[in-house]
Amino acid sequence: MAAKKTVRSEGGAIRRVAVVGGGLAGLTTTIKLCEAGVPVDIFSLVPVRRSHSVCAQGGINASVNTKGEGDSPRVHLEETVYGGDFLANQPPVKGMADAAPGIVYMLDRMGVPFNRTPEGLLDFRLFGGTLFHRTAFAGATTGQQLLYALDEQVRRFETIDVVDEVGMTIAGERMVRKFEMWDFLSMVLDDAGRCVGMVAQDLKSMQIKAFPYDAVCLATGGPGVIFGRSTNSVICTGAAAARAWRQGAIYANGECIQVHPTAIPGADKLRLISESARGEGGRIWVPKDQKDRRAPKQIPEKDRDYFLERQYPGYGNLVPRDIASRAIFQICFHEKRGIYNDKTTKNENEVYLDLTHKSEAFLREKLAGILEIYEKFAGVDPYHNPMKVFPSVHYSMGGLWVDFEKDASGSLKAGSPRNHATNIPGLYAAGEVDYQYHGANRLGANSLLSCIYAGMVSGPAIASYRQSLARSAYDLPTSVFDDAEVRETEDYQRILEQNQGKDGENVYQLHQELAEVMLRDCTIERDNAKLDKVIEKIGEVEERLKKVKVDDPQERANQNAQFVRNFESMVGLARVIAQGARNRDESRGAHYKPGFPKRNDAEWMRTTLARFKGEGQAPEFIRSFDYECAGQSVHVTDEVDVSLVPPRERKYETAGAASATAAKKEQTHG
Amino acid sequence: MAERMVHLKVRRQDGPTRPDTGRWEEFKVPLLPQMNVISALQQVQLNPVTVEGKRVPPVVWDCSCLEEICGACTMLVNGRVRQACSALVEQIAPNGEVITLERMTKFPLVRDLIVDRERIFDDLKKVRAWVEMDGTHALGPGPRESPEQQQERYALSRCMACGCCLEACPQYNDSTSFVGAAVINQVRYFNMHPTGAMQANGRLDTIMGAGGITDCGKAQNCVQVCPKEIPLLDSLSSMARATTKRLLLGWLLK
Repeated sequence: MAAKKTVRSEGGAIRRVAVVGGGLAGLTTTIKLCEAGVPVDIFSLVPVRRSHSVCAQGGINASVNTKGEGDSPRVHLEETVYGGDFLANQPPVKGMADAAPGIVYMLDRMGVPFNRTPEGLLDFRLFGGTLFHRTAFAGATTGQQLLYALDEQVRRFETIDVVDEVGMTIAGERMVRKFEMWDFLSMVLDDAGRCVGMVAQDLKSMQIKAFPYDAVCLATGGPGVIFGRSTNSVICTGAAAARAWRQGAIYANGECIQVHPTAIPGADKLRLISESARGEGGRIWVPKDQKDRRAPKQIPEKDRDYFLERQYPGYGNLVPRDIASRAIFQICFHEKRGIYNDKTTKNENEVYLDLTHKSEAFLREKLAGILEIYEKFAGVDPYHNPMKVFPSVHYSMGGLWVDFEKDASGSLKAGSPRNHATNIPGLYAAGEVDYQYHGANRLGANSLLSCIYAGMVSGPAIASYRQSLARSAYDLPTSVFDDAEVRETEDYQRILEQNQGKDGENVYQLHQELAEVMLRDCTIERDNAKLDKVIEKIGEVEERLKKVKVDDPQERANQNAQFVRNFESMVGLARVIAQGARNRDESRGAHYKPGFPKRNDAEWMRTTLARFKGEGQAPEFIRSFDYECAGQSVHVTDEVDVSLVPPRERKYETAGAASATAAKKEQTHG
Repeated sequence: MAERMVHLKVRRQDGPTRPDTGRWEEFKVPLLPQMNVISALQQVQLNPVTVEGKRVPPVVWDCSCLEEICGACTMLVNGRVRQACSALVEQIAPNGEVITLERMTKFPLVRDLIVDRERIFDDLKKVRAWVEMDGTHALGPGPRESPEQQQERYALSRCMACGCCLEACPQYNDSTSFVGAAVINQVRYFNMHPTGAMQANGRLDTIMGAGGITDCGKAQNCVQVCPKEIPLLDSLSSMARATTKRLLLGWLLK
């Protein structure tokens, strides 16, 4: 049909695609779509320049090998899948590692103020899980700098007019329109189950509106807020992904939640101190004597236990995050050897992260951004005093299941509409919200890369999908959209009205209760009996949720009602996470069960696939499914594609263990 | 020992068209370790009852990252514009003093402590605050840059568009079109970049007319309140020089 490649629908509307989320993944997807001539509407909870990507600190990985260490994308691929404990499908990881240098160059061309070598080239630093200098950085606020560069490029597209297929400018229609301070409520699905639009709510006026779109891409980030305090921004509730899941999208590896080893304890959030602190020489230690009351600077070397360096001589302070977090947890929680506090007369859950052996000038140039955070929020000068840190929930390796199509080289096939497609035709997912690149544990500085790479791939994939459509969403009967709008408007009314006049539950209180058990029993160490209790608690919270009443009857900016709706979705996702953890009887990456301390490839080297069964019901865990993409039926199983790097046991005690195969290949093939 | 309390006094209003709902409300919440203004407001959400014992809708406010890098939670804390997340209770009210919270005054009210700062982003469009690039396809690395210039640009690039400098500026209000220090700083930032400099004149032209650099009244409040210590005065004076030069010599260089 001729209409499918045109900018306008048969009815004359401009055929747009929606991108939900304006972080690195969403903005990159948008830029790629614009370059392919596809007009985009961006929806975001906050002005996109304030998205959570802004919090990323340390840097972005790319094997440019500026330091002449023999680094290469092949090594990057191997270290990533090894660090992820062989749960990631390898072709997308290869695609990402191969694309990484080009991505960093692209950002460089956008004007990102990356730190430089004396020769004026991009500088690279060390990060966890590798012995190569692979991480490009802009001070210690790299995420902010990358987000700003992409935001600026998208702003440029906000000033550019849509041009139709014969080159005519369409007056008044810009390539990008932004809906900032809008919340994604649900997809609009047609009779065939295809995503043909979405319903969203303006968080200022609280108006609910359904929009037709030829495709929707969720780039909505992670679900850290389910755990209460984390390193995440308050907007990272996972609610958008949870809503898509409730409408049939498959959620994969939900149990794989990364706990970052070093964050500053706080009442509202745990503020990250980047791994780059250790990449630039920072050392983790506790006093050897459990009751040592001396100030840290008074404790001589011989009385300090640099336990990561002692336990893992090969990688030392740069072991991957799952390993460092478990080691700190072991010292503080099981051995009660956290830093002794004279005031409370107990060993606190804190260890030292020490940079004081580095010069202040060096630290200001490389790490000022994070040291400023420590100074402001802990009230102590980290240039001259070791910082006190403890692990914190940080990142979700799991997320919405997305597809990929392999090419002959074992990498991703460029432009395939299957790349980053969820099992709902027309719904794509990119960034932390997808499960694609990190397996059971993400390496530091791979998240900025995976978000941008996901966008680089999703944009062309969505453009291909849009071209394959026989009928545009804009040519469907308007009743499809009206019905969806009515459904969501009624649901919002329910939230405003339910339990008024009764002694209802407070939703923030319920959130605290859920978060407490999720944080305590569903993070660093997991035990089946305790997980059963967590799942029981989730059931209890679900019941009490029905009694929630909002304290706020206002029509404008009703954050209370919005959070009730978010929380209803978050509880569903909490089930996916907890039940996934309960099921996986092994230890792999961030998922660690002392009762099953070994990785079990024979039974568990497979993707957890969770499908929504119904309100208040346990998710269904499936081994395979079929879905349709651009007219092609695809059969999917939970098998992990390990075609490029054969699985082996992780051994960070030994230097170079994570890159052993690739290093050998580099020697033979050059 | 009695539990230590935090005393908040919050200026509220239901919406821009509802000045009749303008009011102050006071709350007392328990002090927590490392508490900041945001966590005090979160305590209000748990039990939204005023000091008079009246149950009220929870206060609404804008926030996201909570580590002073997104700029969302900017408000007036004890009359001074800043981010609420980095306003630590122990520092601003060590003896349980009242903490007053008000919305920014230079932007349209949404509700309570939330305002709409879209004007900043619109102004960034006007001055074309981006590097014109040919596309995101593989074209190799960008231009080389000395570490010194990188450090200089990095200092300018940390602007969160929080609006502190605009709130503090006597020239910035809804009856003028002055773009303010934040946006002029971006012009300098992009004009410094080797590729960005290729459009330097175009960008300068956007701040030579109404709402541009000549609207700056040199009150120097902006630099005092910038949470990221961006050298805004340098940016303003450097752009003043650049526009003057272009005004005087531009026609000669054509």
